[in-house]
Amino acid sequence: MEYRKQPAVGRRTLIKATTALGAIQLASPFVISARGEAPIKIGMVDPLTGILSALAQSEVEGAKYAVAEVNKKNGILGRQVELLVEDSANDVGTGVQKTRKLIDRDQVDVIFGDVNSGIAYAMAAVTTEKKVLHIVPGGHTDPITGADCKWNVFRICNTTSMDAAAITGELVKRFGKKWFFITPDYAYGHTLQDGFIKNLKALGGEFEGDMLPINTSEFSATLIKAKGYKPNVLLNNMGGLAQIDCMKQFVQFGMVKDMALGGALFELESIKSVPKDAQTGWWDMEWWWDQPNVPEVVKFVADFRKEMGKTPSARHWFGYVAVQSVRLAAEKAKTMAGPQMSRALEDLVLPPDVALQPGEIRYRKGDHELMANIFVGQAHPPEGNPDNVFKVESLVAGDKAAGTVESSGCKMVEAPV
Amino acid sequence: MLQVVLFNVTNGLIIGAFYVLMALGLSLILNLSNVINFAHGNFLALGGYFAYMLTPAIGFWGALLVAPLLTALLGFIVERLMIRRVYNRDPVYSLLLTFGLAFIMQDACRFIWGPNGLPLGVPDSMSAPISDQLFFITWYRIFNVAVVIVAVSGLFAFLRFTRVGVRIRAGTLDLETVSALGVNVSMLRSFNFGLGCLLAGLAGVLAAGQIGLNPNMGDDLLMPSFIAIIVGGVGSLTGTLVGGLLIGVAAALTTIVWPAASEAVIYVIMAVVLVLRPRGLMGEEGMLT
Amino acid sequence: MSGGFDRRWLQLLVIWAVLLAVPFWLPLVGGYTALAGRVLVLGLAAMSFNILLGFTGVMSFGHAAYFGLGAYGAGLTLKFLAASTPLAMLMGVLLGGGLGALFGLLIVRRRGVYFAMVTVAFGQVAFYVAYSWNDFTGGYDGLRGFSRAPLNLGFTTIDITNNSTAFYYFLLVVFAVAVGLQALLLASPFGRTLLAIRENERRARFLGIPIERHIWLSFSISCCFTALAGSLYALLNNFADPMGLHYSLSGEIVIMTVMGGMRAFWGPLLGAAVFVVLQDYISSMTVNWMSFIGLIFVLVVLFFPRGLLGMLQRRNAA
Repeated sequence: MEYRKQPAVGRRTLIKATTALGAIQLASPFVISARGEAPIKIGMVDPLTGILSALAQSEVEGAKYAVAEVNKKNGILGRQVELLVEDSANDVGTGVQKTRKLIDRDQVDVIFGDVNSGIAYAMAAVTTEKKVLHIVPGGHTDPITGADCKWNVFRICNTTSMDAAAITGELVKRFGKKWFFITPDYAYGHTLQDGFIKNLKALGGEFEGDMLPINTSEFSATLIKAKGYKPNVLLNNMGGLAQIDCMKQFVQFGMVKDMALGGALFELESIKSVPKDAQTGWWDMEWWWDQPNVPEVVKFVADFRKEMGKTPSARHWFGYVAVQSVRLAAEKAKTMAGPQMSRALEDLVLPPDVALQPGEIRYRKGDHELMANIFVGQAHPPEGNPDNVFKVESLVAGDKAAGTVESSGCKMVEAPV
Repeated sequence: MLQVVLFNVTNGLIIGAFYVLMALGLSLILNLSNVINFAHGNFLALGGYFAYMLTPAIGFWGALLVAPLLTALLGFIVERLMIRRVYNRDPVYSLLLTFGLAFIMQDACRFIWGPNGLPLGVPDSMSAPISDQLFFITWYRIFNVAVVIVAVSGLFAFLRFTRVGVRIRAGTLDLETVSALGVNVSMLRSFNFGLGCLLAGLAGVLAAGQIGLNPNMGDDLLMPSFIAIIVGGVGSLTGTLVGGLLIGVAAALTTIVWPAASEAVIYVIMAVVLVLRPRGLMGEEGMLT
Repeated sequence: MSGGFDRRWLQLLVIWAVLLAVPFWLPLVGGYTALAGRVLVLGLAAMSFNILLGFTGVMSFGHAAYFGLGAYGAGLTLKFLAASTPLAMLMGVLLGGGLGALFGLLIVRRRGVYFAMVTVAFGQVAFYVAYSWNDFTGGYDGLRGFSRAPLNLGFTTIDITNNSTAFYYFLLVVFAVAVGLQALLLASPFGRTLLAIRENERRARFLGIPIERHIWLSFSISCCFTALAGSLYALLNNFADPMGLHYSLSGEIVIMTVMGGMRAFWGPLLGAAVFVVLQDYISSMTVNWMSFIGLIFVLVVLFFPRGLLGMLQRRNAA
């Protein structure tokens, strides 16, 4: 794809350039599919570089694992599946461009992405325009299945309101109603804190908090304030590295003995990268690998570990479910066309070997949000195996935590015919 | 109220000490070689990663000594291989070079050690706070400040009392004359670059103990370092020292009243300095301008 | 500029022929129209930057700030003021160019590395404001909820919203006008003065040329055109985000300019084309694309400092 502007150049250069162009065109960078029918292509755009890369890579791994599994069982609609992965580099312009590339040039049938909600929105504008099914595995801001819901966009991970609603009751019951928030100052943080406040107030609680820049690494000033307020629970709503730093400092300052620690998400990848004494607190897991009572999960985890050499996290599960959802939708709709698959996916119940948890897990029709269970529990230092860092105390059903479709603000437009 | 203010001023000095260490290294390189080292944050990260690799073998204290030296060595090599070639050209080239290096180094860290955060084990004795009243000051932070004080004093002493140090200082003012006096300027610059990276590596080890390791860890410290230099005055190391402490304290104090603006305040200070005293608080007119 | 009257016209002819025919030949070689759009927009940004670097000899390393401000200006206009593409572009230029001009007043006496440092810092201020002012700019998640409006030319309406090909030609027209203005400017006495300043500032000062005023003008004009490119970028993506202001984009603009040849008028466009295409291609092939991009920077600086067109010029002249 070498593209040279051509001021007056010699013939030789022209010949060289043309040959190069031809050669590059033949060397396709993507997976060469099996001979026979044209493969089904899924395009996945995720921030493989940048601060969200750890989470993005897990999602991609989960998706790749699912594609291998699906292909072994004769693919989708009898055709093999190809996963084309592009790096959005945590930049919207790049994410949008890669989405267009995947759709225009590579002719993908489905788009996945992005972990970064801002990029997910921008991508949705393109996918809706091009009438391509779009599944958001791990971007959390509410409007994706709320005020900005679209007929072709579905989401697997929870909304911030779901996460907040699921754990508030537990925290209040165990520790008390006086809370202090440490929240990142952007859309995700705002909606999460609003969710917590709404649920806390309903239980008669009171609170104070600080909104901090997303990449804060120094929390002493805020923690000093928190200690002075003497809450029952400190809510660590920060994400990624900031969350980890906040945890560490909280523990270092000995505040564990003064108050409980909790929040919404503290993902497996993050828990494993903090020192032992910071592996603590009460959190939501959007999926957890250790479910001894669900045989499908036991089998899945064993197979995954054997194949990938690691324990699956919630992010792996998101990627896995995304691919399997495409298979299920295609089998129901008997086509890969966006509008038909979207209709097929609405209210589709995931079979137990895909849902990998108890209950009826389905994409709610009104807002296209997956009503998965929320695993509420406590983090702790590893016991036995290094991934055993969370003890599930209760499961909260997705639709109970999510509230009504009206409350999400989604006014779903029908898919075109 | 007074107590809260005092708490935060102390805290600000602790944070500022960190900025100082990073900014001094950057300033050294800038002053002598006229190069903005965009990869400085990456040298910091490497220092941390080297410490991570070394700790199982020689313990935290060993790593604290060796990792910065390794970083300095790497800086030295990089300078001799690449940066040296572009000194005589338009400054845009050295900027682009360090810029490209930053990309490569960040990717290399991610490639070698993975995108996940890694913890650096700090001796347990240091993780506890020094007292119940001053719960936010852990021994580790005191240790950080002590290390910074030792390093900075060592640096200033080195620059003042050793021959190489004096040559570096002279070179900052007039490199041509220094060269004419028979000093191997090329080696001097390489050594100076290594010295700057030593400071970055040291900052990296300290930071790793505090916030953990990840490939992007240097990015957030690069801008405050720039600002410390601009505020303090380009060409003046003491100015950088003052600048770093000033912005650290300012950021901490702002968190009391308006936490979301704690990052903004350092830019505001920079803007004010640029308008009122463009050469910086302690800069000299004509330096690098 | 290569010598010879005929050569120059041939060069122009080839360039415009290639650009005009893009929707036809690009898909054949594995490209896609959005890629060409990106090349044009970044090419314009690089050429605008080059007014300052290549023609005046002043190094700004924070030019993405004006690019991003242009994008936000356009986006905010479309979102809050009116669904009018020309107005959006105008507001983008005013925002980016205006703030650039103001900032230029502050720093016009500085030179060299210090000037560069301060431009980086200003860029980061803009970045910081963009990602913190959640209510207005959409914060970290970026400004969304706007899209290109169809062009109402009075006698006909051109749908640039849904028709990618039409949008590409719209971009090309704006690009042509901007580049034409730049060429006129650089060929004028003002432009000649800038070259004089680049070659030997002290001598120019002795000749009585008001240096600071010229540098400020060059800086402001450069910012205005860069902001125009930024507003086009917002239209291309239907989105504006803080990363459009980040110094990493500034660095990329510089490398595009240098890679293509900063002493040639069309150099930055060529550099942008090569860089954007390479980046697009490499990032699809490997997750370690950042190393390759960094390597490009290093190789260009060490081995191809005059850039592609610079090398060609020298070879033709020899």
